[in-house]
Amino acid sequence: MVGLVIVSHCIEIAQGIRKLASQMTPEPVPIAIAAGTNDGRLGTNAEQVTRAINEVYSSEGVIILFDLGSALMSTELAVECLPEEQQKNVVILDAAIVEGAITAVVEISLNKNLKEIKDVLKDLSINKMN
Amino acid sequence: MSLTSNQTILLLKEIGKTLEEHKTLLTELDGAIGDGDHGINMNKGFTAVTKKLDDIQTEDIGHILKTVGMTLVSNVGGASGPLYGTAFMKAAVVVAGKNEIDLHDFVKIMEEAVEGIKMRGKAVPGDKTMLDALEPAYNTLYQAVEENQPIEDILKKVKDAALQGVQYTEKIAAKKGRASYLGERSIGHQDPGAVSSYLILDTIYKTIRNIKD
Repeated sequence: MVGLVIVSHCIEIAQGIRKLASQMTPEPVPIAIAAGTNDGRLGTNAEQVTRAINEVYSSEGVIILFDLGSALMSTELAVECLPEEQQKNVVILDAAIVEGAITAVVEISLNKNLKEIKDVLKDLSINKMN
Repeated sequence: MSLTSNQTILLLKEIGKTLEEHKTLLTELDGAIGDGDHGINMNKGFTAVTKKLDDIQTEDIGHILKTVGMTLVSNVGGASGPLYGTAFMKAAVVVAGKNEIDLHDFVKIMEEAVEGIKMRGKAVPGDKTMLDALEPAYNTLYQAVEENQPIEDILKKVKDAALQGVQYTEKIAAKKGRASYLGERSIGHQDPGAVSSYLILDTIYKTIRNIKD
């Protein structure tokens, strides 16, 4: 099963999205979150993203959705620091984070592969990677 | 003139002190147009850096800069974490294995740092970011070193170029970061990232001047 990582500045946002998305499927889907700073403030950091990726990583791949600005930078940094053979299985997508997470969970629960899910999520892109 | 590993560590700690002294200023600037945590973030990051440097067991300046970068990445919550973190980690590569660095190394360090920040933040000059201070500072550094000017003059010109960049950010609207959501309303405020970059370059100038004397 493909894993999903939610990166947000705010732990409550990430937890809320996980809750909302998990509702879409009776069987559990691997979802990890990386949100807030280590000392409980708003923000993101690459270390937490790395931990979240490892939590749900399998060779089937991982999809990462993020909220704003530095969430993308922390995520890119985390992915660059992964071993090369893992990097190619991890994709960062700029879908609207709530809709993207819900859609991803549905697709994951249908056992779609990484490429198929990526294609579906493309339609939900809000162009925040440029 | 060149800097030893110990002097480099001293310089990095001085940067930490400067950012601590200006914590409130940076946070207020960021509060006006961003998420209001730049001062806290930079201070947290560099406090962690200073602690790490207290018991670092290496003379390799590349290793020292890499440690700074990694510490910033893990301890700064905002965009400045990955941005400054990437800058230091990229800079580390060009001085790997060196126990002493000179002005020519500093040119390479700045070049890598600026490139790293561009890559990470995908910003260009004029977006109202730290690049508006750093890019003119790098260009000034490059040219002054080519012309073999005295080190104190060079570093003074570099920090002055950064300050001009800071003043320029006041006149433009943000195209990157949280301030970009404010659009035109961000005009009239200095970019906090540009200010912290200036403060770092100003500290480099002042510290080297003191070491030299």
